[in-house]
Amino acid sequence: MTQFLDISGLCARIDADGQEKEILKGVDLSIPPGEVHAIMGPNGSGKSTLSYVLAGREDYEVTAGTVNFQGKDLLEMEPEERAAAGLFLAFQSPIELPGVNNANFLRTAVNAVRRARGKDELDAVTFLKTARAAAKELSMAPDMLKRNVNVGFSGGEKKRNEVLQMTLLQPSFAILDETDSGLDVDALRIVAEGVNRLRSPSFSALVITHHQRLLDYLVPDRIHVMAKGRIIHSGGPELAQQIDREGYTRFLAEAEAA
Amino acid sequence: MNAITKDRSDTLAPFGTRLDGVTDPVRKAAIGALHRSGLPDRRVEEWRYTSLRFLTETPLAAPAEVYDAGQVQAQLENLGLNSGTLAELPRLVFVNGRYAEPFSVLPAEVEVSFFAKTQTFGALSAPDRDPLTALNAALASDGAQLHVSAGKNGGDVLLVSLGQTDTPVSFHPRHSVTLDEGAQLTLISIQAGQGRYLHNPVLEISVAAEANLKHVTLQTEGQDAACLATTYAQVAERGTYDSFVLGLGAALSRQEIHARLAAPFATVHVNGAQMLGGKQIGDVTSVITHAAPDCISRQTVRNVLDGHARGVFQGKVFVDRVAQKTDGYQMNQALLLSENAEIDAKPELEIYADDVKCSHGATVGALDDDQLFYLRSRGVPDAEARQILIHAFMDEALGLIEDETARTLCTQMLARSFPVAGESA
Repeated sequence: MTQFLDISGLCARIDADGQEKEILKGVDLSIPPGEVHAIMGPNGSGKSTLSYVLAGREDYEVTAGTVNFQGKDLLEMEPEERAAAGLFLAFQSPIELPGVNNANFLRTAVNAVRRARGKDELDAVTFLKTARAAAKELSMAPDMLKRNVNVGFSGGEKKRNEVLQMTLLQPSFAILDETDSGLDVDALRIVAEGVNRLRSPSFSALVITHHQRLLDYLVPDRIHVMAKGRIIHSGGPELAQQIDREGYTRFLAEAEAA
Repeated sequence: MNAITKDRSDTLAPFGTRLDGVTDPVRKAAIGALHRSGLPDRRVEEWRYTSLRFLTETPLAAPAEVYDAGQVQAQLENLGLNSGTLAELPRLVFVNGRYAEPFSVLPAEVEVSFFAKTQTFGALSAPDRDPLTALNAALASDGAQLHVSAGKNGGDVLLVSLGQTDTPVSFHPRHSVTLDEGAQLTLISIQAGQGRYLHNPVLEISVAAEANLKHVTLQTEGQDAACLATTYAQVAERGTYDSFVLGLGAALSRQEIHARLAAPFATVHVNGAQMLGGKQIGDVTSVITHAAPDCISRQTVRNVLDGHARGVFQGKVFVDRVAQKTDGYQMNQALLLSENAEIDAKPELEIYADDVKCSHGATVGALDDDQLFYLRSRGVPDAEARQILIHAFMDEALGLIEDETARTLCTQMLARSFPVAGESA
């Protein structure tokens, strides 16, 4: 138990075309304050499901287990309450919102979270100044604030927009779900730097990735291997190179044997 | 009335003796047609989805000729027409279908006459075919007749209809707009009012070669009112008729547009949006006729329907045999916010030319779960997230309005309809 984020025996399923499908089969994971952890694992191991369940997506049904987030029962909270409490999910496939101006969207979100955290709302001018500065740090084109949310954005622009939202919402715990997928090396570096800027004793992150490459820029404190709906192995940052060389076969075999 | 002809006069009972004793030949012919057809019921194909029962339940008298000036002033202010950019625009204000001179400002570059004086019916309407147009011809007492001469720019003109009555009345204004070659005009029609009334306008539009008419209609009639409007537009070579109708008010409304692309390279846009709740019925019916080659028509209509509201979309695109290289696009989209809301969409393409590009489609759905979750995951409370998405859906449609003044007016009036109740709110 870390008293920050503690996931214990978490089981979840989804209704896929009328068939109940178990995806998480007892996830145990603790992340202490100020640490960045990574989850790696083969396709279909439940990594994205874990991120959605933590963020509160309603189409997943939690059947067992607990998630304690800073002393609160996370699973009892609405998605917006989780955001207000400091949780942020960077989506693997960010959603397009046609007709919703990006700057308005960001300001609405920031002020909703500030309200919920008992802070004063930001006026339009102050907000825009902050947002423009943050966008510039992420090498985003200035017109991206004026465009509709994620509409017509390239893959890389969408991912930067996720990191921009994260920067402005100031979460204490961020989940990055394959934020590196579809990014070229330069974009990857910019995104990783964006996350690194947030690193502090009061910021933790869970980075879901397929590739060791992101972890070169965003060095984690711990790496967990997930397979078949469970964490089957955990280790230090050196685990990334080992997985890159050997794949998951050995961990899967060990898990079978255990 | 002879015994062989089918007589449906009984449906005209609400108008009592108002249809008797007419001598004008146009009116007489219209009344004859009306006695044969009656007011349409739902057995008539064009009226299958929209019942006029609302009308036939109460007698509809002719409105009093006097009006309450204080109330007119308040209505204009409430519509925001006396402040900002709008206050400076020329306007033709009609109260209960009659021209209200003290509240009007004539435009400089537009020649204006009034139906009350001219008693001139245009040639574009079809009273034989369209019963509501026949009703208008029978009972019309006034209306604005706008004329912009060749090459002139008439600027922005407001055409305001206000209903105000304590007892049920009907009024039937007869408007026309004529643009000569190369002329331009932006007409902003506003339909509003208080009380129980039927507003039954007919507007005949003639756009000459190279002329351009932008026409935005804001329908925000009183909640007990019915608005049954018919527009006939004819567009000549390289002319443009760009229309948008925003429907927010009335218990029962129908905006029917007949647009005819009469010569090559003409363009029409018949766009619209409506947001309805309660037991409102809103009908958008259009017939776009490509009667010449190389013409373009565009139609996007969006509906947001809450409560027990019902939206109707009937859109017909007719492409004549000679209308080669026609470029037509039609789309009807509906967002249903409650289980009891309904959309009836009937898109029709009738094509007799073989070298055309025509597409049409329709979508119906609830708010998108992924979009809702995305907003909520950013801390936006569920109820607020819903309003944002509903607003965005309508806002995208309003983006089709080119004239900034008209778009701002529509955006402001739309904003008053928020927050929308929705199902889970």
